[in-house]
Amino acid sequence: MDDVLETTINTLAVGGLYALIALGYTLVYGILRFINFAHSDVVAWGGWLALSIAGVFGWTAAGGAPAIAVPVVLVLTMAVCAAMGVTIERLAYRPLRKAPRLNVLITAIGVSLLLQNVGILDGVFGNKPDTIRPLLANSVLGEVGAVQLRLYDLMTIAVTIALVVGLERLVYGTRMGRAMRAVSHDERTAALMGIDVNRVITVTFAIGSALAAAGGILFALRNDLRLTADASWVLLGLKAFVAAVVGGIGNVRGAAAGALLIAFVEVFVHRYVGAVFADKPWVSQLQDIYVFGILILVLLFKPSGLLGKAAVEKV
Amino acid sequence: MAMLELDGVDVHYGGIHALRGVSLKVEAGEVVTLIGANGAGKTTTLRAISGLVRPTKGKVRFDGKDLTGVPAHQIVASGLVHAPEGRGIFSNMTVEENLDLGAFLRHDKTAVAKDREHALTLFPRLRERLAQNAGTLSGGEQQMLAIARALLSRPRLLLLDEPSLGLAPQIVATIFKIVRTIAAEGTTILLVEQNAHMALGVASRAYVLEVGEIVLQGPAAQLAKDDKIRKAYLGIHD
Repeated sequence: MDDVLETTINTLAVGGLYALIALGYTLVYGILRFINFAHSDVVAWGGWLALSIAGVFGWTAAGGAPAIAVPVVLVLTMAVCAAMGVTIERLAYRPLRKAPRLNVLITAIGVSLLLQNVGILDGVFGNKPDTIRPLLANSVLGEVGAVQLRLYDLMTIAVTIALVVGLERLVYGTRMGRAMRAVSHDERTAALMGIDVNRVITVTFAIGSALAAAGGILFALRNDLRLTADASWVLLGLKAFVAAVVGGIGNVRGAAAGALLIAFVEVFVHRYVGAVFADKPWVSQLQDIYVFGILILVLLFKPSGLLGKAAVEKV
Repeated sequence: MAMLELDGVDVHYGGIHALRGVSLKVEAGEVVTLIGANGAGKTTTLRAISGLVRPTKGKVRFDGKDLTGVPAHQIVASGLVHAPEGRGIFSNMTVEENLDLGAFLRHDKTAVAKDREHALTLFPRLRERLAQNAGTLSGGEQQMLAIARALLSRPRLLLLDEPSLGLAPQIVATIFKIVRTIAAEGTTILLVEQNAHMALGVASRAYVLEVGEIVLQGPAAQLAKDDKIRKAYLGIHD
């Protein structure tokens, strides 16, 4: 019973993290039909910007942060990253709107490398790992059986649920959401309805990048801040991307479902498969392989993703 | 002053010269048709008017105002509404959401409700399918939805692109009857059609487009009697 509870909490927390990042990939893909390879770097910058913002308030010393620190840092970082995402789209992607898709893809890789390497400059975030843990101690909130309920896990779950529900409301319940879905389906016809397509794209990048910032902060709390050029951010982004594809890229609910599935596989392999093959540690060390294995299986048997619809290529 | 005026419009798609010096006029209250074969540039002409493509030369004027370079989403508000070809509906949304998108720019709720009611009276089959996904509609119903949605944008000039495309003759007749009703209610219409027979029946004036150029124009009744038109577009050989 304890095992089940622990696995569930871990799956939800890790899955929530992936979902926040996966939504950014899926929203942008839904509107522009292109994979924003710089997305994982916005996540990394989100983590580091949180540190800078905490520094401005003097909240980086252990025990020096008030209870309000995390909400304040979270909201401000999301706002800064939203502006950053919008700027990237304006400067790097918009001029290529009519160019072949491959050009945009290569540009995105360029933006990604730029963010990674600008981030490690001395005047920016520097080239030493750091931490934002002083913002909030990972205290034990309670115990159920032998399972400790930890603040980071519960906070990750709560923040994810709040943001995903908010996004769902926005996309399916507001005028802007309707415009987003219209642009996603057919940009040209959407313009004929009076929808300003550029504005919708701007809003999409703002939302995706704000969610990435939240993901970056939660990831940084759990794993500390690795350099912006560290491969762990890319791997995090890749897993979230896999989650988006597994769920059906372009599909908001699919991204959340895919993220939970990916997280479940990771947690399950780590906990149970590892225990069964205790004498063969490499079996559970290969957990990333299992994640990408799911991607291959889904692409083989249901290429449009678990919740995706088979797309009819428009001419 | 004509409501709509195209003056020597050229459009290029990459290396293709799709329109060459197209000039036409639509007066308020008229139904004008633009007929021509597949690939003649009919749809491109409508796109040049509604701002979806930018002319490389020439002017498009609506109410005397130059529209060249105005983005498509700003043109709708002035009452120039384009119901696109291929039914151009949002098949991922319900019929109701599609209609709402037609009224995207309007904030006058009571007037929108009235227009919606009117559109559903014209197309009673849509009323039965409001909650249905638009992608599940039949071809004729999708066309009806495209027109109903355009009506919710409050057109003073309605650009209709091939409403008969791929539909059974009986449904084409139904749709043309409604087009006539819409015109009789005071909406000016520019109708693009391959089905010259139906189009010349509903329009008062017509233009014939061939490989990007206007080759003939005149009163619809007169063009319907023109030998060349009869052979090329009406399939009559005598």
